[in-house]
Amino acid sequence: MTGEPKHLCIAVMALGGQGGGVLVDWIVDLAEHAGWTAQATSVAGVAQRTGATIYYLELVEPTPGRVPVMALMPVPGDVDVLIAAELMEAGRAVERGLVTPDRTVLIASGHRTYAVQEKIVPGNGLADGAAVVDVLRSAARRLVIADMQSLAVTHGSVISASLFGALAGSGALPFERPAFEAVIERSGVGVTASLAAMREAADLAASRQRFEPAEPALQAEPRPLPAQASSPALQALVDRIRAEFPAPAWDWLGEGLARVVDWQDTAYGTEYLDRVAPFHRPDLGADGHGLTIEAARWIAVAMSYDDVIRVADLKTRASRRARILGEIGARADDVIGAEEYFHPRLAEVMGVLPRHWADRIGRSALLESWLSARLARGRRIASQTVRGHLQLRLVAGLRRWRRGNRRHAEEQAHLEAWLRFAQEVLHDGEAALAVEILRSRRLIKGYSDTHARGSGRFDHLMRAARGLRGRADAGAALASLREAALKDAEGRALADRLKALSLV
Amino acid sequence: MAERSFAREVQQLKVPAGTTFRGEGILAVTKALLEAGVGYVTGYQGSPISHLMDVLADAQPILNELGVYFEPAASEAAAAAALSASVNYPVRGAVTWKSTVGTNVASDALANLASGGVTGGALIIVGEDYGEGSSIMQERTHAFAMKSQMWLLDPKPHLPSIVKAVHDGFALSEATNTPVMLELRIRSCHLHGSFVTRENRRPQFTLKDALEHPRRDLSRIVLPPASFLHEKEKAEKRWPAAQRFIVEHGLNEIREGELDHLGIVMLGGMTNNTLRALRRLGQADLFGTSRVPLYILNVAYPLVDAEVVRFCTGKRAVLVIEEGQPDYHEQHLHSILRRHGLDTRLHGKDLLPMGGDYTVATITQALRRFLETHHPAAFATPVPVSMPAPRAAEVARLLPPRPPGLCVGCPERPIFSAMTLLERELGAHHVSADIGCHLFSIMPPFGIGATTMGYGLGASSASAFAAGAQLGASKKAIAIMGDGGFWHNGLTSGIANAVFNRHDNLFVIVDNNYSAATGGQDIPSSRADNANRSTKHPIEAAVRGVGVDWVRTITRTYDVTAMRSALHEALTTKSPGPKVVIAQSECMLNRQRREKPATAKAIGSGERVVKERFGVDAAVCSGDHACMRLSGCPSLTLAPSGDPLKPDPVARVDEHCVACGHCGEIADEAVLCPSFYKVHKVHNPTPFERWRAGLRARLLGWLHAREDQARDRRALYGPEAN
Repeated sequence: MTGEPKHLCIAVMALGGQGGGVLVDWIVDLAEHAGWTAQATSVAGVAQRTGATIYYLELVEPTPGRVPVMALMPVPGDVDVLIAAELMEAGRAVERGLVTPDRTVLIASGHRTYAVQEKIVPGNGLADGAAVVDVLRSAARRLVIADMQSLAVTHGSVISASLFGALAGSGALPFERPAFEAVIERSGVGVTASLAAMREAADLAASRQRFEPAEPALQAEPRPLPAQASSPALQALVDRIRAEFPAPAWDWLGEGLARVVDWQDTAYGTEYLDRVAPFHRPDLGADGHGLTIEAARWIAVAMSYDDVIRVADLKTRASRRARILGEIGARADDVIGAEEYFHPRLAEVMGVLPRHWADRIGRSALLESWLSARLARGRRIASQTVRGHLQLRLVAGLRRWRRGNRRHAEEQAHLEAWLRFAQEVLHDGEAALAVEILRSRRLIKGYSDTHARGSGRFDHLMRAARGLRGRADAGAALASLREAALKDAEGRALADRLKALSLV
Repeated sequence: MAERSFAREVQQLKVPAGTTFRGEGILAVTKALLEAGVGYVTGYQGSPISHLMDVLADAQPILNELGVYFEPAASEAAAAAALSASVNYPVRGAVTWKSTVGTNVASDALANLASGGVTGGALIIVGEDYGEGSSIMQERTHAFAMKSQMWLLDPKPHLPSIVKAVHDGFALSEATNTPVMLELRIRSCHLHGSFVTRENRRPQFTLKDALEHPRRDLSRIVLPPASFLHEKEKAEKRWPAAQRFIVEHGLNEIREGELDHLGIVMLGGMTNNTLRALRRLGQADLFGTSRVPLYILNVAYPLVDAEVVRFCTGKRAVLVIEEGQPDYHEQHLHSILRRHGLDTRLHGKDLLPMGGDYTVATITQALRRFLETHHPAAFATPVPVSMPAPRAAEVARLLPPRPPGLCVGCPERPIFSAMTLLERELGAHHVSADIGCHLFSIMPPFGIGATTMGYGLGASSASAFAAGAQLGASKKAIAIMGDGGFWHNGLTSGIANAVFNRHDNLFVIVDNNYSAATGGQDIPSSRADNANRSTKHPIEAAVRGVGVDWVRTITRTYDVTAMRSALHEALTTKSPGPKVVIAQSECMLNRQRREKPATAKAIGSGERVVKERFGVDAAVCSGDHACMRLSGCPSLTLAPSGDPLKPDPVARVDEHCVACGHCGEIADEAVLCPSFYKVHKVHNPTPFERWRAGLRARLLGWLHAREDQARDRRALYGPEAN
């Protein structure tokens, strides 16, 4: 019907605890102050406990003497403004049809709050944020998207303030910016911070800058191989990389070299390059560069396995102290402290002992159970005290004897068997399978049970690789097994995949 | 001690007559009760009506002034029974709860109340937890009204209509000697709008008068032969009286429209969405003027035959819009039409779905089909209804589900971590769950809990599994309930029953200082002082009082080791009878709401305060996320490793961490990895602390410099590349 009053429908999608209700109150106040009729409602229910919540508002310009009848829920196709306080919730609004290209101004925060389902995957279970942003771009009449969470936090405020600012700057509502600012001033809580966040978000929305999702790439790129090693002791090894290996693998070899040398010593760097060398196969041409890169990556990972010596070293660095100061918002002269949660078990302790000592203890059940009982509790070390620091440095100092300890012997044997197998496969012309055998090392990570589970899966994959030999799709099949092994902790996906490949 | 303070809302309860009251629907009801001269109010908290209880609890001084009695009842049954004060005395009483769950619990008392009838107005305000956002089974309250012959009001979702329904409800109740239910849907309870107030009224007849001049009337007591007379009275006196009252006071609305051969019959609560649907089809304007005649049932039960006949006479077809199942209204309308020989065609569930939310889109579809069949001319010029095909399939596969879960630092999380670890050791067990936050344990990462049978019924829903002793089972059953459910009925129906029947099961009682899931209302075991209630009655004393011998109270749930060993002992002990483990720690959501501002204030005023949070060393974290599978804490999240050699994301503790210590504890208890640490900062430290910290920083600085030098001798990249 024509001649109807101006009427706006606004939906807000937020997570419990994000302050969606505050944002809604502000919009209501904004409208009512201008003499408009405002109706708002929500279905909070149990969603206040971290689930997704949806709020709905309708605003109608002043209609003296007549009362508009307003709906209680957003209607697909009839939403003028949709505000989403998290990227996936913006996607969910599109899924529900609440964002339409002919009508909806979509104001979204591009940051992520990961769902439990994404977090519990042993590998990488994160949803594809960039794909969702792509959908948003084509779904809305206009998209205003930025990391509203970080923007708010920088100003010491909360996301409702930056979203309110973005709404002001978007021009989607027929109210001027001072009216928005007056709402925040009337609210009386954290006014200065909220105003600052609001204004920056408003400018950003008004400027129509293109937003790229701030999600940093999960896979960090290797740093360029320096021409001059920082320590002269490493220069010969850097020169050797340049002389012996193809250029595409240099940066990866640099990362690997830096890791193993930091982990042990310069000589270990030479061992590392010696181990990677057989995986440089000039006869394969450019196709072989991938093989060299994977070898450079995973041999470095395998050679610098996680042990208590490494952990103690990482926890006592100056750079680490600087980081924890930042986390608690402290300056260098503030009074701070840190407690490290350690729980070394018999296996870890035996691991750092010289082999023959460990073997001797291992032969005595009595000694073993006595030691086990002594170790059956967690230890807290105050790393930011001199005493705690020295305790940890003592453990880190065992690095000098690492080559003679039991764990090292085990790791070396395991490493050699793995590389021998990869070489054997490579020798038989199955380069694709060899690459995947190298990549399978990704499964072994962590400590104690996690390490045992990862190793078990890795062994599974190596057995599967034997079964796959000679098959044309062997490489792809092993890759799919690796992905499956990283899907869940129980090994269901892996079992299914093994069955699908008739390997059980 | 409620989740939020209602100090501002309480002030609104005092505004003089003629003021524009702005607020939520449920607060408008609260104000209307005082305007109606209510004598007493009670109820049981639960979404979506918790705020009514919370506001009244915060409004004690105003209630005292007006002479209104308020109490939070032990259960909905207790609240319903309290309405017996209106049986013999002309005093208005109101009760409230979440429905249908609360109505289920209350229905014994309600049935007795409805049988004998009331003298003073009795209003039962039910928060109809149906449709999107609901947390319970999908049923309607309508059936309770029908079976007990109580009247059911379902006002339009519009504050003045809701307020009017409160006034009408009391009057209707008194005119018909029948309790009246007032149903508010979730969105109506949370609806922000405004209405113009009336003066608050002191009750005309007070409970003091009642106590000092007690009355009884044998004919109102539910015992034969009176009970048989009650049934007759319902049909012969109260029902016709109600129909008369509804017509005389115009409680329902008939709105004429130009398409007078058609009509829509709908519940008051459906009005706004139906009018929006009509507007989308070009058949109504923004102010509710419709081309199709409307019959709006602000009284959902009983229907008034005469009004139905008046509305339907001369109409070719009528569409009835009633949510939920079964189709009570449709059946009833059919019977009225047939009885009066009308051949109006009746549509309802043939065009609308049997169950689920009647969204605007759903109603639009039904109305379009209704009009296309009976008045195709309505669409002679095509009406473009923008109905985008939701891009569900394309987007859905990209989106992770986000069910509700336990909050940051929740004290219930470690209980389920301990149970998960225990399952790895002793195998899976049958677990009966209850109602409350703990029910989120059924979601990832825990996946614990097989059934939920009702509030406080966790313990008794494990009863059949007590057969284990008789059948020689190698495992016991586990039952969980919260402190809210425990006091609601779990002490008797669950624990005393288990003692009496010699159950061998394990009962875990989550004691988080108050009824946390419903918003932090006090209960007998609350550990804070409450000026108006008697608190601090320990659960342990209660269970020992009913005869449990084996009780372990864990006073800090975050101690996963203690939690696990108590549960382990309970599941493996040969000691006979029920084993009760009481897991105590305060609800973190409410605790933070109280402590955060207090801490900030203390720091500002120069007090010594230690602030803590947890962290993860990215370089040490393995990226396996085993900690998340045992925790699910929202602040324990993921971040890129920043290390090219580590492709999987690593754990990170974000700024919402409240340092409950759970992640560190499970890393210890499950021997996960040494990447967790707790860091603290002392605000306003003592001079000695400052001096010691300076000394430490200097010594550590010197050690760091030495160590860095050694490390630099093995460095490939310069410092700027790091």
